[in-house]
Formats: sequence, C-alpha cells, structure tokens
Amino acid sequence: MSSAREVAAAVRSKERSARQVTEEALAAVAARDGELHAFLEVLGDEALAEADAVDAAIARGEDPGPLAGVPVALKDNLCTRGIPTTCASKILEGWRPPYDATVVELLRAAGAIALGKTNMDEFAMGSSTENSAFGPTRNPHCIERVPGGSSGGSAAAVAAGFVPLGLGSDTGGSIRQPAALCGVVGMKPTYGRVSRYGLVAFASSLDQIGPFAGNVEDAALLFDVLARHDPCDTTSLRIEAPPTIDALRGGVEGVRVGVCPDLVEGCAPDVAARVYEAAEALRAAGAHVEEIRVPEFAYGLSAYYLIAPAEASSNLARYDGVRYGLRVDADDAAAMNTATRTAGFGAEVKRRIMLGTYALSAGYYDAYYAQAQRVRTMVVQAFERAYASVDVLLGATAPTTAFALGDKVDDPMAMYMNDVCTIPSNLAGHPALSVPFGTGADGLPIGVQVLAPALEEALLFRVAAAVEAAAPEAAVLLRTGAST
Amino acid sequence: MSSEAVTDAASDGASDPASDPAWETVIGLEVHCELATQTKLFCGCPNAFGDEPNTNVCPVCLGLPGSLPVINAQAVELAMRIGTALHCEIRPSSFARKNYFYPDQAKDYQISQYDEPINANGSLALPDGTVIGVTRAHMEEDTGKLTHVGASGRINSAHHALVDYNRSGVPLVEIVSEPDIRSAAQARAYASELRGILVATGASDGRMEEGSMRIDANVSVRPAGAVEFGTRCEIKNLNSLRSLGRAIDYEVARQIALIDAGEVVRQETRHWDEAAGRTESMRSKEEANDYRYFPEPDLVPLVPDAAWQERVRAAMGPMPADRRALLVDLLGGTASEAEGDQIRAVVDLGLDALVLAAVTAGAPAARALARASNEVAAEGEAGLALPAESFSALLALEASGALSATQSKAVLHELAERGGGDPAALAKEMGFEALAADSLVAVVAEVIAAHPDEWKRYVEGDDKVSGVFVNAVMTATNRQANGKDVVAELRRLRG
Repeated sequence: MSSAREVAAAVRSKERSARQVTEEALAAVAARDGELHAFLEVLGDEALAEADAVDAAIARGEDPGPLAGVPVALKDNLCTRGIPTTCASKILEGWRPPYDATVVELLRAAGAIALGKTNMDEFAMGSSTENSAFGPTRNPHCIERVPGGSSGGSAAAVAAGFVPLGLGSDTGGSIRQPAALCGVVGMKPTYGRVSRYGLVAFASSLDQIGPFAGNVEDAALLFDVLARHDPCDTTSLRIEAPPTIDALRGGVEGVRVGVCPDLVEGCAPDVAARVYEAAEALRAAGAHVEEIRVPEFAYGLSAYYLIAPAEASSNLARYDGVRYGLRVDADDAAAMNTATRTAGFGAEVKRRIMLGTYALSAGYYDAYYAQAQRVRTMVVQAFERAYASVDVLLGATAPTTAFALGDKVDDPMAMYMNDVCTIPSNLAGHPALSVPFGTGADGLPIGVQVLAPALEEALLFRVAAAVEAAAPEAAVLLRTGAST
Repeated sequence: MSSEAVTDAASDGASDPASDPAWETVIGLEVHCELATQTKLFCGCPNAFGDEPNTNVCPVCLGLPGSLPVINAQAVELAMRIGTALHCEIRPSSFARKNYFYPDQAKDYQISQYDEPINANGSLALPDGTVIGVTRAHMEEDTGKLTHVGASGRINSAHHALVDYNRSGVPLVEIVSEPDIRSAAQARAYASELRGILVATGASDGRMEEGSMRIDANVSVRPAGAVEFGTRCEIKNLNSLRSLGRAIDYEVARQIALIDAGEVVRQETRHWDEAAGRTESMRSKEEANDYRYFPEPDLVPLVPDAAWQERVRAAMGPMPADRRALLVDLLGGTASEAEGDQIRAVVDLGLDALVLAAVTAGAPAARALARASNEVAAEGEAGLALPAESFSALLALEASGALSATQSKAVLHELAERGGGDPAALAKEMGFEALAADSLVAVVAEVIAAHPDEWKRYVEGDDKVSGVFVNAVMTATNRQANGKDVVAELRRLRG
C-alpha cells in the first residue's frame, strides 16, 4: 500500500476514490489477518460508508482534509460510538460506547477512514499483545514472533500493509516498542498534546495517544491532525502545536544529539550496534553527536511499576458489573463485584491491580507511591540536565528484536524489562519516537529511539527523518516487502 | 427553606437531657452542602432534584470508560464564596481520588479534595457570639442514589437495588468544624447559622429535607476539666436540625452510661434511627475502608488567582450576622430577647429586605419586624414573595390609624394570597374603611347609652370595663374602628 500522504493526494485529486482505497485495505485484511490477528473488529460496511462520504464531499468540491480517504487502524482502547470497544478484555466484551474519542472525531474531520479496532494487551498492560483475552497478534515479519505491545495490533496492521496509519496509546512504551519490533514508525507525543478523552484509561498521568506509520512523514502528518487542545481533557495543553510536517526536511545541521549509553547498555549487541550506527549517520548529516550519561534512567522502571499500577488499580475499579460489560451474578453486590472481576480480568491485569492497591494502601503509600513520585521528579530533573547540553537524545527502543510467542509470558520481570528504554519519556511527559534502522542478527527489524524535550515534536520528527534517510536499505525492503 | 428555622429558634432553650456537670460534650460537625449550580461538578449535565431517574446523565457522570472530568467554574466560585463567608484562607488546591467500591459510585472512586482543600482555617460566629473553628471547606462530587427494593424496603431484606445516577457528580462542599461545639443546642445553632450563610452566599438552597444540606456529627464526652478528648463516634443520617439535636443528646447519654458502667466507647460510625430515637452501630474503626487516596491525575491543580478571589468577594452580599446587626441598629441599637428571636427568624427566612424597605418608607421598626416575623413568615412561600411596596404601604396605613392592627393583619394575609397589590384599595374592598372621627364619636355615644352600668363603673375608675365598650364599638362598626381611638374617646368623655 502507498503512504498516507500519497493516498490522500490521490483521493483529493480524484485519481483514486476513497471507496477503492478502502476496499483494497479490507481485501488485504481479509487475505492475511486470519493469520496475524491484528484486528479485533474490522469495520467493513461502516468504513465503506465513511469512504463514500469522503468521495461525495470531493464530488461536491469540498476538501475532506489532509487524511482524505486514508484507512486508519484504531487500538481497541479508543472509544468508537456504537462500535465494540473492549480493551481486549472479557470484562468489556460487547460494550459499545455511546460516544467517540476526541481523536476519532479528529480523524473523521480530517477525512480518514476508521478501518477497524486492533488487538492489544488487555487494558494496555503488556509488551507482546499476548495478554489479549481474544488471542495474540503475530508479527508480520515472522509469525512465530510477537509484534510487541501493548499496541501490537496497530503496529502489525501498519507493518503488514493493511493500513498506512494506526493509532496506539503509549503508557510506558506501548507505541514505540511494538513499532520497533514491527519495523514501523511509532511516536509518543508530549503528555497533553493529544486529548485523552475517549481513551480508556490505564495510567492517566502517563497515557498518551500517538501515531503509527510506515514512515516518518506519515507519522508527522497524523500527529499534526491529532495535536489539538480539547476542552474535554483538562490535561490537554492549550499551547498551539506548530505543524511538524513543514520542518521535516530541515536536516540536522548543528543539532546537538546526545547518545545515551543508559538507553543502550542493557540491550542486545545487534540493537546497540544499530544505535551507534544511527548516531554516526546523524554526525555525517551535520549533527553534533556526543555521549551523555543519564544514570537516573535506571530507576525509571521501578518507579513506573508503582505509579502505573497504582493509577490502574483506581482506573479499573469501575469494571464492577453494575453499569456495563460483564456481570457475573452473585448473592449481593459485593459478591457480584468480586465474581465479575475474577472472571473478567486476565492474570496480568489482576497482578497490576494488586500491585497498585498495595502501593496505595495505608502504611505503604509513603514507601511506595510517594517514593516513586520522588523518583519521577528525579528523572524529570535528569532530563533537564541532559537537555542543557544536547537538543535530543538517542538510544534503543527495545532491548531485542521481536521475541518468540510464549517466550516471556511466565516471567513478568523479563517482560517488564522491554520497557526500560521507553519509560523515562513517559515519566517526564516528553515526546519520543521509534524509527526503523536496519535489522538484527535474526533479520528482524530494529528501532532506534529519538527523545526530545516537552513540546519539541517538530525537532523530534526532523531528527527522525534524518535517521530514516540514513537507514540501511534492508529495513526499508523488509517493510515494503511486508505489504506484498 | 421551611419554617424550621423559626421553630428551631423557639426550641433552642429546651433543656438538654444529657447535661451533667461532671461531663463535657465535645462535638465536631461535618456538613455536606449541595451547591446550587446549573450543571454538575465535572460535566454539563443539569444539577436538578426530582427528575426522572437516570435522565441527567452522560459518559462523565456515569463513569464510562474513557470519560474525563472537567471542573465547573461556577462550583469553584460558590465554594470560594462559602470560604470567604467562613473567613477561610482560600488556597491553591487539588483533587484526589477516594477509592471504595459501592454501586452508587459510578467510577468506584470519588473525586474529592483531600490534603489540599480550597478553603481552610476559618471560623463561624454563633448569634450568641461563640466562635466555632472551621477546619476546612472542600469540594467533592456527590454519589448516585440507591433504592433498595424488597418486601420491607429495608437494606437487609432487599431483593435488589436500583441506582439513580442523576445525583452522581453533583457538586458538594464539605464544611468540617473544629471540635469546638459543646452541646446539642450549640450544634443546632451552628447548623442553623451555617445554613443561613450557605443560603446568603447563594451556594445552596439549604433544603435539608431534599438533602441539599446533610450533617454528620462527631460526638465524644470527657470528664469536665479533662484535656484529652474522649473516643468519638460519628453519627450519620441526620436529616433535620431536630434529628441533630436528638441524636447528640441520645449519643451523649449513651456514652456517659457506657463509661459509668465501666465500659469503653468504641470508635465507630453510628446510624441515627429517627423513628426509634436512637443511634445504632454501622461499622467500627477496624471495618473502616482504606480509601487509598492519591492525587487525581485527570485534573490539574485548582489555583484561584487573587483577581478571581476579589471578584468573588466583591459580588457577595451581607451575611446573616451583618443583616441581624443592621436590624438591631434599626431598633435603635438594642433588641429585647423577643426582638432578638424575631430578628433571627426574619434573617433566617430572608425577610429582612422586606423589613428594611418598610422602615425606609417610614414604618416603625418594631412593628415591621413583628409583622414580618409573625404574619409574613406564617404565609410561607407567599410571604417570601410579598412585594416590599405592598408591605410598606400596609404598615403606613396601620401607623396612620387608618387600619387597626386586626384589620392590618387581615389585609396582609389577603395581600400574600394575591401576591401583592395596593393595601388601601384592598382594605376598602374588604370593607375596612377607617371611620371618620365624628362618626366614631357618635357610635361611642350610642354604645355608652346602651351600657349605663358599665359606664358608671368606668367613670368610677374601673379601666378593665373599657373592653366592653371597645368590643361593642367594633361590632357596631364592622371592625372599622381603631381600638386605640375608641379608648381615647372614652377617656375624653370620662374627663
């Protein structure tokens, strides 16, 4: 499939119709998603109706917007009016929200076509999409491997060429890590850049919606559509987001890039090698590249695994069987709550609810939750120190290439280590992005992570575009190969 | 507002059954006030009482997945008015989540202010001058409402429960007093004064019977002179000032009896059973929830700037204490005990503007106060709606002697019934035309002629017998004569 920019241009110029594009995307899904299971729900008739509306607008001489006729895959934790939104959990099976998430409205207003709801780790808790109550998603590059997670379905849908664009959510790396493992671009915006209204909460102070795309330009195109203040989300920033797409080709001449060993050292040698190659490529393109240590990043993982479960334990309390979703009847309300939650939540979700409940309990709050918040502040200060001498940071996204299904399901700590390089940006609320850069020893994609200070998405995309331009040919072939 | 404020003032002096000089009662009150906003605290749903269940709801107040709260500026403003009226510091504040499972709680947590309330360190002066400390007055959201459905309607026998989320997310301010209250009567005075303040700020309609104002009482006893507090019990379900007073009296007696019997008071939450007239244990401290408070990540801190605070302060009218003082001034600077009661009743009912208007128009302050606190108050809502110009004109007629006190009251009732009007025209319509002085002289002469024995006794100095003549004149004139004028004529004739 062509890029989002190309699709939108073709549809706007009537070279192709939105219906044609959508039918092709649906056909691609029908042909291969039985094997991959990227989608939990494919919106056939609904997507075609949206496409017809876009074509009709064009026929009337209207401009449907920058994403005219572009099919988009939506992570199944984004509320879609009248369309099941499950978070890949039995507890929400069959629930149809009465409203659209703000990002879904923005996509529609930009002319995009919602092609379906994608698989994920249950309530976005996981790094492999194996925690879905409805079965795992497989990596399009190698179906024995995981696509990463938690937004594995959206990453796989883009990597497989089903759609040019996808939306995910990133709480501790859930966009960037699957992007790296699937060989696509995945970006987490500054906290507050994109409205969370209609994103089913996992950890509210960390969650952020962001784009998946086959290339940096498409990711920037989608980000520009999403980055809007929303009065329905009080944490949504009131600061105008300058269009990132315009500055994309500005190059990196004079940009100070800090290669951060603390975001590389725990990684496999092939991953580490690719990060240093990317740094060399940036140097060759005119950037000032230096090494910068941020040892505080090492504490991020522990802080994250207290703060995120603590917020989750509260956010997930509402799944009590009273108002919507699953209900398992019992003698009284409390017993019904227990029976419903016991049957409705998977093991990882229960583990995090228990962790979080414990961390917030009387007598433990100061030692765990409050201490984790202090560490979070320390990580923010460490970033500030680093950004006093460099403009962006460079590191790995994930410690390894895609691992085999079943490899880590019985070892939560090994699974959690997947997020070690991505978590610091969530704790600080900063933007970060994973861009494909070659392959590993196993021939599978490797992603390099670019990190930028808050609100610096334009710089982030510009640096990422330079990395992408220098990426080894093999990775590019792999990505396009996946769509054939 | 009901007439309870009036009856409360009248019963304040009732003896305290638990009063025992060997013991001191210590009370702190937590008052939940529903704010009279147009919309709910975190969404745009109407804040309305009594609508069809589950009609004023949306994704936010139903706690649907993905929904987010947005703070209501009007609620913040009303909270600041309450804080200002209670002499609180208005502070940068934040919200927290109070986590507990209950079906009336849409999110299974309540968004409430915890360690950073918007109002703190205030006070409330009772009408007798006693100052009660106000620890804090913070914002939070209300829950939905459960109705247990079963044979007897009681929780234990209920077959199932219905939940109405119309109330879910209605803004509340919880006003927490210091443990400065020392008797049931004082607790009632505090609650009554606080209600007056809440109504005066426009923050609440103060309707306890509709749940607009709900009171929990923390009650303990200690030996007189002791420094340490006793173990407290929290009493819930106090739906009226009367319940508040009765429950405290019961609880104080219960705690003293326990200690006298060598037992200990357990820290617990107790439910007031109004019908049975006693408190019953709901849950002990050990059974209490661990609410796992933590900062609400979906809301940014609430920091009202100085300009906003000043706008709020400037927009506020006078508080009940100021309004009472103004009425005392009108009386010439002092008020008798009876007048004090009248003043409290008039201000509690919001009838002081009526009194002020009448006095400004020339009516005697004492009579205006008496008519407002008795006859106007007795008219209820119609009395509150009585136009000031009608009331002023009526009192002027009464002061000029054109209407007797009895006639004036009858006209007032009719004015209230009709929602106002010209009292002179109404009096005429009712046949209450004042007698010309010469016709009064003639009627009095006729009455004297008809009662020669009584007249003889009157002339000899028996003043009590004058009532016979007055009544007879009244009957003869269809109550159009003024009693005072009749007595004056009798005195003139006696010489």
